[in-house]
Amino acid sequence: MAGVDSCLGGTEVADILIVEDEPSILSSLEFILKHAGWTIESLTDGESALNKLSSELPKAIVLDVMLPRRSGFEVLKEIRANPRTSALPVLVLTAKGQQQDRRTATELGASEFITKPYSNAEVVEAIRRLLSGETRPDAG
Amino acid sequence: MISGNLVILTAFAYIVVLFGLAYFSDQRARRGRNGFLRSPLIYTLAISVYCTSWTFYGAVGSAANNGLEFLAVYIGPTLVFVGWWFGLRKLVRISHSQRITSVADFISSRFGKSGAIAVLVTLIAVLAATPYIALQLKAITSSLRVMLASDSGSFAANLDDSSLALVTAAIMALFTILFGTRNVDANEQHHGVVAAIAFEAVIKLAALFAVGLFVVFGLGGGLTGTFERAAEAGVTFVSDRDFGSRWITITLLSAAAIVCLPRQFQITVVENADESHLRTASWAFPLYMLGMSLFTVPIAVMGKALFASGADPDMFVLTLPLSANQQVLSLFAFIGGFSSATSMIIVSSIALSIMVSNHIVVPVALRSQGFNANSRPEGVTRLLLTSRRIAIVTILFLGFTYFWLTNGSGALAIIGLISFTGVAQFLPAILAALFWRDATRQGALAGLIVGFAVWVYCLFLPAFAPGNVILTDWVNNGLFGWAWLKPQALFGIEGIDPLVHAVMWSLMGNSMALIGVSIATENDPVGRLQAARFVDAFRLGSSNQSSYIRSSATLNDLFRVASRVLGYQRATQVFDQYEADRRDRETAEPSPAFIADLESELAGSIGAASAHVILSQVVSGDTDAIEEVIRMADETQQILEYSQRLENTTTELQSTAEQLRTANAQLRQLDQQKDEFLSQVSHEVRTPMTAIRSFSEILLTHKDLSSDQRQQFVTTIHSESMRLTALLDEILDLSALERGESLWTDTDTDIGAALQRAVDVCTPIAQERNFTIISESVPRDRIVFANSDRLSQVFINLITNAIKYNDSDAPFIRITCSESDGHIAIDFTDNGPGVAPVDRDIIFEKFARGRGEGDMSESGSGLGLAISREIINRLAGRLELVPAGETGACFRVTLPLRAEQQAAQ
Repeated sequence: MAGVDSCLGGTEVADILIVEDEPSILSSLEFILKHAGWTIESLTDGESALNKLSSELPKAIVLDVMLPRRSGFEVLKEIRANPRTSALPVLVLTAKGQQQDRRTATELGASEFITKPYSNAEVVEAIRRLLSGETRPDAG
Repeated sequence: MISGNLVILTAFAYIVVLFGLAYFSDQRARRGRNGFLRSPLIYTLAISVYCTSWTFYGAVGSAANNGLEFLAVYIGPTLVFVGWWFGLRKLVRISHSQRITSVADFISSRFGKSGAIAVLVTLIAVLAATPYIALQLKAITSSLRVMLASDSGSFAANLDDSSLALVTAAIMALFTILFGTRNVDANEQHHGVVAAIAFEAVIKLAALFAVGLFVVFGLGGGLTGTFERAAEAGVTFVSDRDFGSRWITITLLSAAAIVCLPRQFQITVVENADESHLRTASWAFPLYMLGMSLFTVPIAVMGKALFASGADPDMFVLTLPLSANQQVLSLFAFIGGFSSATSMIIVSSIALSIMVSNHIVVPVALRSQGFNANSRPEGVTRLLLTSRRIAIVTILFLGFTYFWLTNGSGALAIIGLISFTGVAQFLPAILAALFWRDATRQGALAGLIVGFAVWVYCLFLPAFAPGNVILTDWVNNGLFGWAWLKPQALFGIEGIDPLVHAVMWSLMGNSMALIGVSIATENDPVGRLQAARFVDAFRLGSSNQSSYIRSSATLNDLFRVASRVLGYQRATQVFDQYEADRRDRETAEPSPAFIADLESELAGSIGAASAHVILSQVVSGDTDAIEEVIRMADETQQILEYSQRLENTTTELQSTAEQLRTANAQLRQLDQQKDEFLSQVSHEVRTPMTAIRSFSEILLTHKDLSSDQRQQFVTTIHSESMRLTALLDEILDLSALERGESLWTDTDTDIGAALQRAVDVCTPIAQERNFTIISESVPRDRIVFANSDRLSQVFINLITNAIKYNDSDAPFIRITCSESDGHIAIDFTDNGPGVAPVDRDIIFEKFARGRGEGDMSESGSGLGLAISREIINRLAGRLELVPAGETGACFRVTLPLRAEQQAAQ
């Protein structure tokens, strides 16, 4: 339903906030998510992401872990700590393929977790689930 | 003019006085009033039994013929008493605690109470004593002959030399039997004999002094006058022979003799009442010998000066006073010589007879059925006394036979040295007994046999050669005519003095056999026990520790055995004492300590070997028990050694563990670094891979893309692929650098040129970003030893880093150079964000990237600075971050200048 809203494109606030410092990855994410029908807002560091969230609340956020200034995990922690943003669906992306990262992400309250390199469909599916309020089968 | 009968009578009267003295002393000792008899003075005087008629007469003869050679015979014992005092004390300590009865008993007791050794030592001792006794007979005979020469009326004057010697021997035998075998003493101590010998010591010294004083002051007109005649008499005191090999050999022999001679062992060790007496003897006995030698040279000088060259120098002591018609002095001198001879004969034959009876007769008797069946109440006492008496007669008869066979030939001194060499064969065994724990019974036996054989072959038998055709031929041509077997030139080694030759070969063979066989064999249990008791005599103390830990013998069995040896009376005494002392009256079983005491009691009468044999007959399980004790001791020793080894090993292990811990910590740290590196590599690889995969999928799934978009995505894929390739190249490059592999060759490189090249490469990128590169004071002709490509690579890296991360409005980098101490420093200072304090330490680590807010689109692999630092390190330079101004960073490259390097070398 949120997806339907965004498709209509009537609001100023983007559907999805992407925080990613790697330009090529950022541009690929922008492309595939736009093509999936969502509106996009992009940022390249943790600090500015938190600033953005204090004023605007997207429907979901795609968060890289290795970010300049504030890391993705720090951002996630603040999101969950703040009652206003605590329910925000967060998809965590990381290039570090270790179990430790997945555990940390889960503990901090990531809604979805995807390891780079990802398939485009995988990311789109995850966002779709987040927006529909479903949880991933293996995350329960 | 002196009456022959007066001489004979005086001699007999002297013997009667001696006997009376001995008897009186024995009575005193028996009543326990032996304080004076057991004084260190009497002990020291008795030791002077060493000075026989050989010394009394022979030393003068030796001085007359061989100069100062006679002194060696005194120097050897002096060295032993002064310098080896502790060795003698150990000998005495052991002999007391083991109740040693003779030198044969001592050696046999140490080497496993071996009967064979006891017999062999006894045989050698008897054989070696034979020439010595013959020597005394010759001295008495010659001196009698001299004394009787002027009186043809005496009955003795009509006898020939042999008959005179035979009569003398017979009288001596009788006298010794009366003296020495009136009873069998516990411990074989003869108080009466010792007193008589001490008295004789005084007589002979006084007699020699009297003659000496008379000769010097009566005949020579004082010392100066006497020695003035030396030259005219043809007596030379320092010749080539002096202090040569023969001199050393005689010193060695006499040192050995003072310990090994049976009579010396008897007096010094067996008759010793108190260890502390040795302390007095250690200085008093050498002093006595000094006294004995004081007038030797003057008498020799005067004899040679006054008599024709044919006169017998051995008899100068008598002939000088006689020629001056000093009858009383002559008689005194004769008695002095007589007493030297008798004391030697008495003590020697007593000592030898004890050895013969204890080590030969008793063991034979013990084996005979008759002895065990017929347990006479007086025990073996009668057997011992009888056998000793027979032994004395036999020994004196042997001495006479030797005298008779050699026709009394040879000077006194030569005969004495044959004896000395014989008994010196005991020395290796005695020394091994005292100090070498691993010396074995077989070793001692082998050494004795070899030494004995060489002695007989090289010295003892050749003494009979003069006048014997077969022996003469054998001495000259060797056994069976084999020249290498010539007894005085073994193995073709000619030209050595026969005495030196014999001593050298016999003692060398003896010692080598002892050592060799001992190393090749093991001590049996008794041998090991005795070795410990002897070698560790001082450590163990004198307590008689028992080798019996249990016994199946009853007191009755033991009593029966003891009474056989000790006699009923003495045995009863011993057992009553035991009954009175023992606390536990319940058992009839004797305590191990008592059996050990009983064994030493028996050993005091019949020697250690026989006592051990006789007790073992009734105390069954004894050997097993000893085995057990030894085994337990061995095990304890092994456990101690094992635990010592264990302790050492533990210490080693601890240090090894410590090293391992350190190594492990280092490895773990390296492993962690490796994990981090892998994780970093993974991250760095995944990032371009992500873009490549994502854009490829877009190209695959979205067929409707515009050609511009398509072109843009393909370009991204391409550049990400290039980035990936560069990353992998850098990883490999860094890895090689870190391993120290040589990837390039260094040459003389102009640093300014390398810098300019880097600036040229970076200029297009800089211009793109409106970035200024300021290059100041870059020198010319500054040569470093480097690879110019690699150097440029470092510079490019530093410049591009500055460009990438600089977010200033007017970004620039300033490159400056300076020189000091033969090094050139190039600073790269920018006006960028600088390096955050937290990053300063890690900036050169692999994959470390500043966290500043710079333009992330230019992010590299994160390996650039790590590689640069490796390169500069390899060029013996430094790459470091130095404090810059308020903003910006300053990287400094320092390199040694080539020219300066050369100048410095």
